[in-house]
Amino acid sequence: MKDLSMHILDIIQNSVRANASYVELQIIENKGEDSYSITIKDNGDGMDEDMLAKVSDPFFTTRTTRKVGLGLPLLKQNAERTGGHMKISSVLGEGTKTEAVFSHSNIDRPSLGDISGTIMILVGANPDMKLVYRHKTDSGIYEFNTDEVKDILDGVPINDAEILEYLKQMIKENLKNIKIE
Amino acid sequence: MEKIKSLDDLKRIKDSVKSKMDLREKSNNPEETVQIKVAMATCGIAAGAKEIMTFMIKTLDKDGIPAIVTQTGCMGYCYAEPTIEVSKPGEEPIVFGGVDAARAKDIIDKYIKGNELVDGIIPVNYNTIEEK
Repeated sequence: MKDLSMHILDIIQNSVRANASYVELQIIENKGEDSYSITIKDNGDGMDEDMLAKVSDPFFTTRTTRKVGLGLPLLKQNAERTGGHMKISSVLGEGTKTEAVFSHSNIDRPSLGDISGTIMILVGANPDMKLVYRHKTDSGIYEFNTDEVKDILDGVPINDAEILEYLKQMIKENLKNIKIE
Repeated sequence: MEKIKSLDDLKRIKDSVKSKMDLREKSNNPEETVQIKVAMATCGIAAGAKEIMTFMIKTLDKDGIPAIVTQTGCMGYCYAEPTIEVSKPGEEPIVFGGVDAARAKDIIDKYIKGNELVDGIIPVNYNTIEEK
């Protein structure tokens, strides 16, 4: 995957397929501790211990259209390549949390990429899902919350093209403001 | 702070979108919307499906075509990603493969607006691994 925003899109897709109605994406950049952590939490179907153990295996997938599932293994490989790790925890019937930690300064850490575009796609394709995106850097915190946006929109659909484009720009500007990497 | 300014601007955009929608509702039928599903699993994302989805949302809106663009998981055509499934009202869904921006534009101009089939159709009765 070219950059981290693609991994994020991929993992949140897993949450969508697990029937999540609330997904929380949190990115924390801590240069002092040289860490870049991405956490994706959902309230979907969750997994039992058996499945949880198999999920990082590229040859395991819940899909019937093919025999490999590369999303999580690729993310794990990328994190570990920088000296980081990936941890998944899940409770059947409650949800799943995926946490990937990278070394901030390591040259093998992919750049974040077009995260505002990713958020725009996720909101556009899943307008009924609550999505909270929180990004913290040494310069500040920015939070994007679909509930807040829907309050302002007062009935106008959040997945209208113009609105989506506006949200994408808004997220981009605010992230620049807190100097993300 | 930028956020405060942005939320106010959002209100203005909301009003303009609302009036655009009211206009549309009076002249269009929900049964007339085109449904487009963009395959967005790991293979799709790696092949650039995100850009195609953004392109479709923007272009369909610009051209005033009532459509719903959503994402699905893997449809099984990993070798032909990015793939999209287009369902015109009253017609069978068609899956197109190898959709780059140029082909996406073709699909909108030729297939959705007109009725001309475009290169890159993946036959629906393609056998997947399980069905062998």
